[in-house]
Formats: sequence, C-alpha cells, structure tokens
Amino acid sequence: MPELSYRDAIRSTLIEEMDRDPAVVLLGEDIGQYQGTFRITADLLNRYGSRRVIDTPISELGFVGAAIGMAMLGLRPVVEMMTWNFSLLAYDQIVNNAAKIRYFSGGQVNVPLVIRGPNGAGVQLSAQHSQSLEAIYAHVPGLVVAMPATPTEAKGLLRTALRGNDPVIYMEHAALYSLKEEVPDGEFMMPFGVAEIARPGRDVTIVAYSRMLHIALEAAEILAEDGIEAEVLNPRTLRPLDRQTLVASVGRTHRAVVVQEQWRPFGTAAELAAAITEGAFDLLDAPVERVTGADVPMPYARNLELLALPHAEDIVRAARRTLYRETAETGGRADG
Amino acid sequence: MADRATRTSSNEGVAAGSVATTDRTGIDLTDAVAWYRQMVIGRRFEEETERAFRRGKIGGYLHVYSGQEAVAAGFLAELRADDIFFTAYRDHAHALFRGSPPGAVMAELLGKATGVARGKGGSMHLFDVSRGFYGGYGIVGGHIPLAVGAAYALRYKGGDQVCLCFLGDGAMNSGGFHEPMNMAGLWGREGLCPLVVIVENNQFAMGTPVSQSSAVPNLAARFSAYDIPAERVDGMDFLAVRDVARRVITQVRAGGRPQAVEALTYRFAGHGAADVFQPYRTKDEVETARARDPLAILEARLREAGLLDDARVASIGEEADEMAREAMRFAEESPPPPPEDLYKDVYGNGA
Repeated sequence: MPELSYRDAIRSTLIEEMDRDPAVVLLGEDIGQYQGTFRITADLLNRYGSRRVIDTPISELGFVGAAIGMAMLGLRPVVEMMTWNFSLLAYDQIVNNAAKIRYFSGGQVNVPLVIRGPNGAGVQLSAQHSQSLEAIYAHVPGLVVAMPATPTEAKGLLRTALRGNDPVIYMEHAALYSLKEEVPDGEFMMPFGVAEIARPGRDVTIVAYSRMLHIALEAAEILAEDGIEAEVLNPRTLRPLDRQTLVASVGRTHRAVVVQEQWRPFGTAAELAAAITEGAFDLLDAPVERVTGADVPMPYARNLELLALPHAEDIVRAARRTLYRETAETGGRADG
Repeated sequence: MADRATRTSSNEGVAAGSVATTDRTGIDLTDAVAWYRQMVIGRRFEEETERAFRRGKIGGYLHVYSGQEAVAAGFLAELRADDIFFTAYRDHAHALFRGSPPGAVMAELLGKATGVARGKGGSMHLFDVSRGFYGGYGIVGGHIPLAVGAAYALRYKGGDQVCLCFLGDGAMNSGGFHEPMNMAGLWGREGLCPLVVIVENNQFAMGTPVSQSSAVPNLAARFSAYDIPAERVDGMDFLAVRDVARRVITQVRAGGRPQAVEALTYRFAGHGAADVFQPYRTKDEVETARARDPLAILEARLREAGLLDDARVASIGEEADEMAREAMRFAEESPPPPPEDLYKDVYGNGA
C-alpha cells in the first residue's frame, strides 16, 4: 500500500478515473493553467488537454449549471469549487437543478456530478472564507454529502462518487491536504452511508467527521489517560447517514457526544443527536452533548478564531459531562 | 393506457419524406399544413387546460402558450430527431410539437402516473428525454447554463447535434443568463458550443414590460456582449421563424458556435392561470395583438397558396378539438401515481 497525502489521494483518483473513463471532465476556476488553488489538479491540463480540464470564468452559477447539463448528457463532470464558500453563488443550481432533476423528470435522467473543494475554517480567512456548509447541503434530498477525513476516505469516497449516478457534494478540508497515510491500491471504493468505528470504546460514543474526526481522536487519547474509553464514530457521509451503526454504538456506550466544526442551530450535530435520541432513547444514560463552533461569523483575529472553533478539550469536557464526572456548564459552549 | 397515449401522438403528419413546396414568392411551404395543424392542436390543447384549471382539475401553476405557437413550431420543425432542447415553464406546446403524446402531457398536468414525468413534475417540468426534450424548468433563467453544458457535451462526444435553449425576455435579466452566455461565447470560439438560444420575447416578464426591465430593449443586441451573433424575427410568422431557424441551426451545427434569435411574439393569455385581471395591459392592446394571431397568419398564407380551404380548416379544427378532449379523457381515466412513488427516483443509485 503506497503512502499518500490527502491531496494526492484526491488527485491520483481523478487521474485514475480520467484514464479509465473519457466521460470524466473537470471544470473550475484556475484548475488548468494555474494548476489549482490547492494543486489538486496540478499538471492535469497538460495531461488531458483543455477539452477535459476546463478553466472557467468566475461564474459559479454558470459552470455548476453547465456541469449539470453535461451530466444529464452522460458526461461525469467534476467541478472544483475553489472553496465551498463560493458555492452559495451556485446554490440554486445545486438545490433546484442537480438535486431534483431526476425526481421531477420521473426518473428519466441522472445527474452524475461531483462538486469538490475545501470546506471549513482554521487559517484566519475570516467570515466569508471560513464556513462549514455541510448542513445546508445535507438538508437537501437528491444530494449525497461526503466528508472525507483521511487519505483513504478521500480516495474511496471519490471513486464511489465518480462511478455513481447522483450529484455528490464532496467536501474536503484544507487543513487535511498534507495528512499522509497508507492507502489501499487499485480500484478501491468506499460505499456511501457506511460509518466507521475509528476507535472502539465502551464508555461514550463521540461522533465526528472531516477535520473534527482528528480532534475527536485526540480527545479520546486524553480521556483514555483518565480511564475513559471513548468510541469514536466517523459517519464519512452525512447523506446517506448510517443511522444503524450510530444507534448500535450508542446502544453499547449509553452516552454520546456529537461534534461539528461550526454553527450549532439547526446543524448536523442537531440531526445526529436527533438520530441518536430517536434510535436509542431508552438506552441513553445522559443527555446527548453537542460540541460545536461558536454561533458567530468567523472572526479574523487568531485568538478569537481559536475561541470560535471546537478543540479536543471541549470534547473531553463534554464526554466527562455525559459520565457525570464534570459539572454541567451550559451544554458545551456558552453560546448554545 | 400507454398505447392509447402513443396512438394519439400529435406529430403524425410531420413525417420524413414530405414533398418540397414553395409559394409564389419562393417561401418554402413544405410541411407547412402539417405544422399549421400542429399549431392548432397546441392552441386547442391550451384552451382545454385552461378549462380544466378553472374546474380545479389542474393544480399549481398553469402557463399557457397561446399566441407564441409560431416560435416553438418554427424551431422544432427544423430540429433533427437526435437534437435536444431545454425550455422554461411555458412548455406544453414544446412537448406536443416534438411529438410527445397529448394524453401523456395532459396526464402530467393532472398529476397522473401516465404523465410524461409520471406525475412528479407537473405543468412546469415536462420532460421527454426519448425525444430530446430535456425539460421544462421553473426558476427563471435557471435552465440556461444546463443547455450550455449540454451543448458542450454533444460536441465533446463527437456528434453534430445541436441544443436549443428557449427562454423568455424576463430571463435575460438574470445572472442565470449572463454567466452561461459568456461561457457559451468562450466555448464557441473552440467550436464546442452548438447552442441556439431562442428568446421568446412575449413583451412581459409576468406583468413588467420589456421597456421597464431591460436597459437595452433590443434584446438581440445584448448578445453582442458575449460575441454571440443574434438576430430578430417576427415570432408571429411561422414561415419566417422556420426560415431563420433553418439557417441558424445549419450554421450552428456546422461551426459549433452559438447563435441567438429574438422572436418577437405576444402572450395572449395572462402570465399564469391566476393572472386574471392583467392590470399591466389594456384589452385593446391584447385585441390588437390578437389581430396578428400566428395561426391566422399561417392559415392565410396557406389559403393563398391553395393548400388550405374552408373544409380542411374546419376538419383540422375538429380534429384538434377531439385530440384535446381525448387527451383530457385519457388523463382523467389514468390512475394517480401509487404512494410508493413518493420516494422513488430521488437517487439514481437506489438508496
């Protein structure tokens, strides 16, 4: 198994699928001559030419819509969203067209489209460039929402997206691009809607995805020093969501902490907590805890930005609260 | 049921192998009677839908095409069987003119399982992919980028098909128009965008006249911003529209570069079925426009050329009425979608 970075896992999968299937084309801003803002598409214009690696104008509505039209005609476009923040300019195309065309056409046409790019915060890009927007996409029927946390997931989920028939919101995290691990060889695929137990444990289930998975694992280490064995569950895709594995885990641990990088109200943590409550209410020994980012536009100043994001210690405290080893504050952050 | 719907296809008679005919001035009249018949069918179909809407048989919105028939007919007359098109929500006639069975179109409007989209789309989302109709869309301007990408895909796959994109005058003021038009202009330079944009300028964006919504009221002129050749045509004259369509589609097919046509037309009915009082225009204005009814204009030309007479006009009218009634009977007798269809076709992978 070769060691690959998260970035190279994405890039090599694109190359493998473009070599295999001429229907795969790439579109986005500065993905060709500029080589991609995060160099995911480095050298691909040179390899595949401008018909398959299409540098677009700054027209999110336009190129996402065009990619939907391409997908309806049987191509497999992969749109690079320079960052997911800019996807709001294409939100109508994604929600009103990509997600719905199969349904309102009575199943006459598929939209096998992948939209990928970095999501999330952490490098002082302030309010407009630091958003975690997975909840607004996971809300919409017709979309798949994949949140790869590791190079292996990046590869396996992207290949599944590229071989499927549906529009996939594929959210990378810029803080993970250099993360390395050994990744399975060959045409490795990872199914949607199958969660992973990233770390087994018996005392409390911590649910986290994307970058938050890594701080959840860090928290589990800290908890272990205190004799608390946390089970860390990574849903990998939010839509479809593996409710079964989630409920089974909480059924074993009887306690749950749900982690989400940003805004708490009506967010993914709320949906995950509801899924736990619906599926395992009688098995819970404590209220489900949410650890989320602050309910504010992301501030620029480093100290404020750090205050606005969840950290391992927040998860540790929340886990201890579910075990009644820590006085309940206000259910996580003060802004709850 | 499906067989019956298929049998009532309105497109019989516009078949291959028709004989070329011209009038005294050299205007091509080939198949013009068949297209006159199509336009009458389109009109009578819409009148049937309006009655059904008033009786509560059709839910939601209903946008009828009466007055604009020559535009869709003129362009679809020149579309090859393997070509494709997109349009907005005023889409019933486009489906009929392309050959979708009237019964299946009406059934869609009534929300029935036998509808062209199995009752999932309704009036605004007619689809018939087997005939290259990639949909009616309800968000103004939202379908335009789809057509641009679809045109690219046609050329990318190596074929010489073209993609038509019908849109209204109101859509030209949305971002959904400008971003993809710029891309179409760029891709057209490489011969990668065989797209014909057809602006159906019916003079109103709902109730706002073009003069109040477009800083440049000559809509064709606005395409120059994207290096897309554009022209205007009398959208009430089927023969004129078809003539322009033939030339433009041939050029776009050959070069893979987009072109646009602004068809000047007029919406006889309100914006939607709920637009009853139409305070934005006078009865006189509508009456003046009705004096240039596209059906009457074509009928007069065909009478003059000796291709239509009173008897034939009457029989086409009766046939169209019967076809509309039969479509309604078929739709009413059809079952609604079964409850299990609620969760069907959300995903292509199953799920």
